[in-house]
Amino acid sequence: MEIGLSQYLTVAAIIFTVGIFGIFLNRKNVIVILMSVELILLSVNINLVAFSSFLGDLVGQVFALLVLTVAAGEAAIGLAILVTYFRNRGTIAVEDINLMKG
Amino acid sequence: MVAALFFYLFSAIAVASAVMVISARNPVHSVLFLILCFFNAAGLFVLLGAEFLAMILVVVYVGAVAVLFLFVVMMLDVDFVELRQGMLNYLPIGGVIGLIVLVELALAVGGWVISPGSLKSRVAPLPEGVTNTEALGRVLYTDFLFYFQTAGLVLLVAMVGAIVLTLRHKQGVKRQNIAVQVARSPATAIEVVKVKPGQGI
Repeated sequence: MEIGLSQYLTVAAIIFTVGIFGIFLNRKNVIVILMSVELILLSVNINLVAFSSFLGDLVGQVFALLVLTVAAGEAAIGLAILVTYFRNRGTIAVEDINLMKG
Repeated sequence: MVAALFFYLFSAIAVASAVMVISARNPVHSVLFLILCFFNAAGLFVLLGAEFLAMILVVVYVGAVAVLFLFVVMMLDVDFVELRQGMLNYLPIGGVIGLIVLVELALAVGGWVISPGSLKSRVAPLPEGVTNTEALGRVLYTDFLFYFQTAGLVLLVAMVGAIVLTLRHKQGVKRQNIAVQVARSPATAIEVVKVKPGQGI
């Protein structure tokens, strides 16, 4: 029973789908939406590393490193915006976030 | 055989904890399941031979990002029960879209083969007899130096942005005013008082 590339891609696809599903399921809760985005980026990383390993090319791992960097920055900025928003409004319901409209 | 066993173990726990992340009642539990998911993804990376990325995943995601999430979840005083209302309304549309994405991904993965010519066009082939960390360092600091520097810049901008967004100057807090301190002279700083014996000031 050999584990091939397609098994890893399947796992990554399932985690990606769970992330997409989480965004729809928790439409009011920004924190869980951010966590779903982290899940999506994690699945992309699994894809990149799997391809890198099975094709024998290191570039995939370099890109995974960059995705990791961007994900860390995104989480930090997103949570900072969330904290500022909570300070101003006292809630984090996404439906009310229309301050920047027009 | 053992590798296959561990692959199924890691991937099953990763998928299950990912499901729990989005469906847990308490956001603190969501964050903890997210940490579990990251640990199992790190296990998958180790199986794939990317040890450096596995360790980085544990350090950066579990050590920094997930703890940041935990801090924010515990710090904000939010009524999470209220936020969960109407969750069942979103279930059908979310399920449909998730199913569509999964079917598309399955079609893409299922009908995919490695082109024979693609192995010749590898940019950085895995070197033999070198650890993963050393091989990654060799290409990261030479061929991909620009991307490496750009990643550092992204982190710098993110750090500055996060600080600017959350920094708040409270009123009524004593702060150091260097100009005033430097401008002090003995004439303004010291007052000589002659105290008569037995009287006090």
